[in-house]
Amino acid sequence: MKSLLTISGSPHIHADESVRKIMFTVFYAMIPAMLVSLYFFGLDALRLLLLSVAACVAIEYLIQKYILKGDLTINDGSAIVTGVLLAFNVPANLPWWIIIIGAVVAIGIAKMAFGGIGKNPFNPALVARVFLLMSFPAQMTSWPVPQPNFPLTDVITGATPLGMLKGMSYENIPAPEALQQIMGDAPNYINYLIGFQGGSLGEISAIALLLGAVYMFFRRVITWHIPISYLVSAIGFAAIMWWIDPSQYVNPLFHLVTGGLMLGIFFMATDMVSSPMSARGQIVYGVGCGVITMVIRFWGSYPEGVSFAILIMNAFAPLINNAFKPVRFGKVEAVKS
Amino acid sequence: MSLKTFVMGGVHPPEQKISAAEAIRILPLPKTITVPVSQHLGATAALEVKRGDLVKTGQLLAKATGFISANIHSPATGKVAKIDVVMNQSGYKRTSIIIETTDDEWMDDIDTSPDLLREITLSKKEIIDRIHNMGVVGLGGATFPVYVKMMVPEGKKAELLLINGVECEPYLTADHRLMLERSDELMVGITILMRALGVEKAIIGIENNKPDAIEKLSALSQKYPGISVQALKVKYPQGGEKQLIKAVTGREVPSGKLPIEVGCVVDNVGTAVAVYEAVQKNKPLIERIVTITGKAAKRPGNYLVRVGTPISALIEAAGGMPENLGKVVGGGPMMGKALMDVEAPVVKGSSGVLLMPDEEAHRVVVRNCIRCSRCTTVCPMGLEPYLLAQLVKHEKWDKAEDNRIMDCIECGSCHYTCPSGRPLLDYIRLGKTKVGTIIRTRGKK
Repeated sequence: MKSLLTISGSPHIHADESVRKIMFTVFYAMIPAMLVSLYFFGLDALRLLLLSVAACVAIEYLIQKYILKGDLTINDGSAIVTGVLLAFNVPANLPWWIIIIGAVVAIGIAKMAFGGIGKNPFNPALVARVFLLMSFPAQMTSWPVPQPNFPLTDVITGATPLGMLKGMSYENIPAPEALQQIMGDAPNYINYLIGFQGGSLGEISAIALLLGAVYMFFRRVITWHIPISYLVSAIGFAAIMWWIDPSQYVNPLFHLVTGGLMLGIFFMATDMVSSPMSARGQIVYGVGCGVITMVIRFWGSYPEGVSFAILIMNAFAPLINNAFKPVRFGKVEAVKS
Repeated sequence: MSLKTFVMGGVHPPEQKISAAEAIRILPLPKTITVPVSQHLGATAALEVKRGDLVKTGQLLAKATGFISANIHSPATGKVAKIDVVMNQSGYKRTSIIIETTDDEWMDDIDTSPDLLREITLSKKEIIDRIHNMGVVGLGGATFPVYVKMMVPEGKKAELLLINGVECEPYLTADHRLMLERSDELMVGITILMRALGVEKAIIGIENNKPDAIEKLSALSQKYPGISVQALKVKYPQGGEKQLIKAVTGREVPSGKLPIEVGCVVDNVGTAVAVYEAVQKNKPLIERIVTITGKAAKRPGNYLVRVGTPISALIEAAGGMPENLGKVVGGGPMMGKALMDVEAPVVKGSSGVLLMPDEEAHRVVVRNCIRCSRCTTVCPMGLEPYLLAQLVKHEKWDKAEDNRIMDCIECGSCHYTCPSGRPLLDYIRLGKTKVGTIIRTRGKK
């Protein structure tokens, strides 16, 4: 035998998994929501999605090649996912240069400045969204009204359901009346679930997002812990408040189908890098996200709290990791002699 | 029968039991055999022969020293050509007895007839002594001297004997074939172990990918009081003794403790057959069944191999050295060791040899940890491999110990599943060595 044998430690086989596969699974999971956005926002959505993805990929490439001068890992697909998620979190009619600023913030500041993939403490797309929301409040809250059948015309803008609700709460309009004004006499939650509502590009259709989430669940990219604990705590909190004072707080169903809750629950909070590691920790994190989201929706000055809630809980992730270890096998306190 | 399994973690690598249908064949005795004097966990055995001595098959070559140690017997007849340091499967140089073999001539007191001896005539103490004298060690891989396990410590009570027929490593089929072809000897061996331990009940745990073995042993167990078979759902690393105990009984061995803590003793199926031969036939542990397999193997199969046979002889039997050979693994693909030299000898703990083609022999490119927590999810001990690897990297030995690095069973599920291909187990193994040393030094103070 002439050739040399390879020596390495066990294990000698590897699961057919890679970062790239995970990222593309997430990308495929976002396709239904992308299609819905094209259906309701037409070319605007297409333009924004392409621009955002192209900008994110280009910025990551440039930083890796010319600033970090390290390995080029652009083909792992993570910049594409961030690009789509960034586009999902802004209004479809956002001016082109603002989304590019968003991409610079997401990739440049929130991801690469910390060392690239896996090192970012905060969800890059959400950092960018919040940055844009504070820097360009007018453009970031001018929501196009959905027009079905792939509209090619200029958009009409309007408020989101949550925005309307917040506005009416400032005018001291009782919740049931506000709900009636927003949703009509016979609230059609199904329409909202499908996506007939003002909002960010990717957040409007709960159904499409759920479809993607189910796919990710079966491909084992997400587990139930974060989504379910987030969902149950947010809706549970909304239900409790509604039960205590229905004149002040709207039906929890309204909270479920509006705003960025579904997008946040399934695609933003579940971001592997910025969420806790153990099952118990993930539940704590999910509950934290749910509670903070609703606190902001109820009592904050912003109509929507999903982005802030997730970013706040991202900051807690390292502490949660320390506090909530996995259940150990043969759990007895470690005895040190 | 309902399928049981362990709860925490685990992975399911492709099973690849390509040699499962190959009946056990006898590998011819090579011209030279190399018998290391340390083939077991514990103290090295002391030489009883010298250069030039003529030895018979089954003759004592090296004697156990101390409590945890095992006798080494001659696997062949011939002349001791030299005593030298030879590289073993782990790549360490170890004292070995090199024998030039002649025609097989067994020691007179060994019963080499194929008859099944069911009746057990020895007492509990005699059984344990016999197991000790015949150098029987655990054949599942850890090679712990079996007689030690039979002596239940003061204050503990053995209630249940668990027989490990899981063979959860992909590719390996040695135990599977043994359960099919040596079923009666296995059953008698289990009965002997039960008597030695003073337990009334033994359960053979077998994964569901061996339905023929489950069926055969279940039927046979009717004739052997106290023995039953438990079918298990296929999940790696179910053959780990703590996982097997959890799967079959639901009991959890406390961290840092032995199975006896929860009233269990675990022995491999191969060990039970070796016990049968030792006790009923007076035959020392000098041969075992080894699977030769892998994608690069031309003729995968299962062989009865004398200890000391070079692995190259086994490869030759399997069709010779493949053109595209990239890696040779002693053991299975999850926990086996990559061999530096195919001349390394088969020892008591060798369960298989895996020939991997070059394209499979290399690790994937390592990327950043994306904190996907899969390593944490699959860890059967409830550890955080990503964290342990980081702690070891930064030499935080205290924290590694606090995070229970010593609980790691080195099953490799974390590295196997890591989408970034990070060598988590490499770090953890290194950390265990270091932390283990620190703990021992602390004990001495």
